[in-house]
Amino acid sequence: MDSVANIILYFVVALCIAVFSVMTVTSRKILRAATYLLFVLIGTAVFYFQLGYQFLGAVQIAVYAGGIMVLFVFSILLTRRPDDKAPLLASHRRALGIGLSLSGLVLLLLALFFMPLVDGLSLSECLESGMSIDMATIGKAFVGTDRFQYLLPFEAISVLLLACIIGGVTVARKR
Amino acid sequence: MLWYLVPSVIMFAAGVYGFCTRKNMIALLISLELMLNSADLNFVVFNRFLFPGSMEGMVFTLFAIAIAAAETAIAIAIIINIYRAVGNTDINSVKQMKF
Repeated sequence: MDSVANIILYFVVALCIAVFSVMTVTSRKILRAATYLLFVLIGTAVFYFQLGYQFLGAVQIAVYAGGIMVLFVFSILLTRRPDDKAPLLASHRRALGIGLSLSGLVLLLLALFFMPLVDGLSLSECLESGMSIDMATIGKAFVGTDRFQYLLPFEAISVLLLACIIGGVTVARKR
Repeated sequence: MLWYLVPSVIMFAAGVYGFCTRKNMIALLISLELMLNSADLNFVVFNRFLFPGSMEGMVFTLFAIAIAAAETAIAIAIIINIYRAVGNTDINSVKQMKF
């Protein structure tokens, strides 16, 4: 990442993601937690756009920020009052959570900073040397059967979505 | 490359904290979404910076997003059904099943 606009955008979005993901799990009102999760998902979509994956960013916004968030908000409003607060945590649960997540954070950051794979390639070099991912490439990759083409997983996903529709209706219907 | 992985690590740690401390099932599901999202971001970053000539990480992230959507829909259907049977959505109140 070398251009100044890219660096500024990175820092703004990274700060957004860090702050809102912590607020998602510490907020006691669950509807607010869902809203903060929406901000985190949109920040991730901005990262996808910045890395050059336009289609993936659009899918992230449409499926996650559009579909899943609507599901979350509806299920929250169906199951509890919106001004309910979660009860305060017991101290041993909080200690367990903080210990686990902090130890995981420290271990992952150590592994990250001592990672031998890091080379000095900047983002613009990667974007120039990489293949251009346009819709024709993605479409051919999804319906072909050659190497690095994905017809079988694509069909499996479609069957999975059908099973998901039927399962959702069967589980949630009134008896 | 390193700097794109740092927010992902923070997201994952926040998801672990929420998964260990929350009692409401929908809050657990929200924490799960945070962890899944961080894994997706990792796939894309590794693909862009280590293998810029291919697009396998992006395809895998697309499949992961589709499967996460299906899983969330089924989980919310189950949670609403539990709410109808039990009356709230705390994990402590679901201690026995019907059979």
